[in-house]
Amino acid sequence: MTVIASITPRRGRNVELALLLFAVVIVMFAYVSVGLATKAEIPARALTIGGLFVAITVAFHLVLRWRAPWADPLILPIVTVLNGMGLVMIDRIDIAESRTAVTGWAFKQLLWTGLGIALAVLVILALRDHRLLRRYTYLSGLLGLILLLSPLLPFIGTSVYSARLWITIGSFTVQPGELAKILLTIFFAGYLVQTRDALSVAGRRFLGMQLPRARDLAPILLAWLTSVGVLVFERDLGSSLLFFGLFVAMLYVATERRSWVAIGLGLFLVGAFTAYLLFSHVQVRVTGWLDPFSPAALQVSDQLALGLMGMASGGMMGTGLGLGRPDITYFAHSDFIVPSLGEEIGLIGLFALLILYVLLIERGMRTAIGTRDGFGKLLASGLAFSIALQCFVVVGGVTRVIPLTGLTMPFMSAGGSSLLANWVIVGILLRISDGARRPLIDKIDTPPSGPGLPTASGADIAQGSRDDTEVVRAS
Amino acid sequence: MSELTLMLMRLGLLIALWLFVFSVVGVLRGDLYGTAVRNRPPRRADKGAKASPAPNAPAKPVATQGPTHLVVTSGPLLGTTLPLRHQGTLIGRSSECALVLDDDYSSGRHARIYANGDQWFVEDLGSTNGTFLGATRITEARQVAAGSVIRIGRTTVELGR
Repeated sequence: MTVIASITPRRGRNVELALLLFAVVIVMFAYVSVGLATKAEIPARALTIGGLFVAITVAFHLVLRWRAPWADPLILPIVTVLNGMGLVMIDRIDIAESRTAVTGWAFKQLLWTGLGIALAVLVILALRDHRLLRRYTYLSGLLGLILLLSPLLPFIGTSVYSARLWITIGSFTVQPGELAKILLTIFFAGYLVQTRDALSVAGRRFLGMQLPRARDLAPILLAWLTSVGVLVFERDLGSSLLFFGLFVAMLYVATERRSWVAIGLGLFLVGAFTAYLLFSHVQVRVTGWLDPFSPAALQVSDQLALGLMGMASGGMMGTGLGLGRPDITYFAHSDFIVPSLGEEIGLIGLFALLILYVLLIERGMRTAIGTRDGFGKLLASGLAFSIALQCFVVVGGVTRVIPLTGLTMPFMSAGGSSLLANWVIVGILLRISDGARRPLIDKIDTPPSGPGLPTASGADIAQGSRDDTEVVRAS
Repeated sequence: MSELTLMLMRLGLLIALWLFVFSVVGVLRGDLYGTAVRNRPPRRADKGAKASPAPNAPAKPVATQGPTHLVVTSGPLLGTTLPLRHQGTLIGRSSECALVLDDDYSSGRHARIYANGDQWFVEDLGSTNGTFLGATRITEARQVAAGSVIRIGRTTVELGR
């Protein structure tokens, strides 16, 4: 005999507050230990910064209590630790390179963090239901594509170290790919929720997989062409992999057909290998990846080698914050913040941070499982997957799993565009999780709907009800 | 700053980070939610799958008219019960359904049972293999009462009071 019952999730707002304070304590502890190690004193501004930090995070928490009381209680504390540890590390590298608070990266990053949190709050306040985003499916697809390809435009497109990922507007340099990531996820979710039935129609069977029909291949080919274009013209493997991987992953979530993943990976490998044969900038990256200590690779860049040596000198326990030399590596505060942290907090500390990323992604996927509409499921899993893939590309790049590319570590690397985009993702995920965890109101006492009215019948089982456990089978 | 202090701070940070990880995982464990499907030990009187419309456990007489729950009397989900909702109970293979059938002969959104006033209806949602009320395939919403037998694919459900 089976009885189906449903469990109402706890809101967990108090847990969130406790974890948030814990997160702030960890970050302030790290900040103070940097000060003690580098200047042998507790930073004078520690109390001010700590107070401000508590104020900002608690304000966010109160907004959640007010506007999204059922939102996932773990996302915000996890992101607070990640962002905070990134800030501490950037500040630490500022100290090592003797930049002052005003000229350094840490202060800018702090401002961007504040702005990012403000944006996330704005998302939660303005977006009352994530399904509203579905209205802008094609608009966001178009905008996302324009943004993704905008660095190729003359005048505003800017190349930095041969990767053409930035656009310059006035005195600002923006990495539009980060924003494009969100817009394209919205587009993929809206598009796939409409077309997934057609895309999951099975064609022939091959190698134990149901291959799709040939005429359904057009969208994936289009996405593939775009990502190859990004690889060739913007010279960036990371964005290309992120964009195409996101599409393939969402296609898989939408259709449940493994053949799409196989086709996607196959197409990407073909594209990447062709690019390797044809373009010298790809070959340079591959040489640096396969043999970073070879003279040929060191002649181009010893950045990867320095990062690896830094992590090696940190070992298991790390040198201690403020006691290593992460500043020897170029871009130790942005692209190479992971080796910097690896050097100073060691493998043990770095793995704690990586597990926090895993937990954050898990919360995103859990949100996708919990939410009731197909669009929300695809959007949440796509956003979570984009963070996952980005972490893979960055950490894989600096640890020589894949060729090194210039993506940012979400929430940690110095860089405004990336931080803002990731906080917006947090805002959207919190909004979706609020809808996913909120129990539907039991409408048994309200006037019942007529036969013609569409109802939220699918969610019946998610409702907390007292009589579920009482019902037994007639026998 | 003495070596010892720095060493302690270094260890302290690592411990704090991992404590945070474990407290997050702890919350996550307590936060598992969703649909719980429990198996109850069969009762002594439970012989065979023959279903009778008689209500069992007559501890509390039900005040409301009409059926209150749904019982699967044959098929892969034999023995599953779930309460009926006035705004409609969806049956099908899709995971959004209240009763998710693991049955190749049923459609994603196969049928719906809902109330209009005091009366209960079943309607077919354009399924491939049809919904049968008794022996007849239904083409429009049909009224049902406690004891009605509805067949969907290989699954038979019965309304109970």
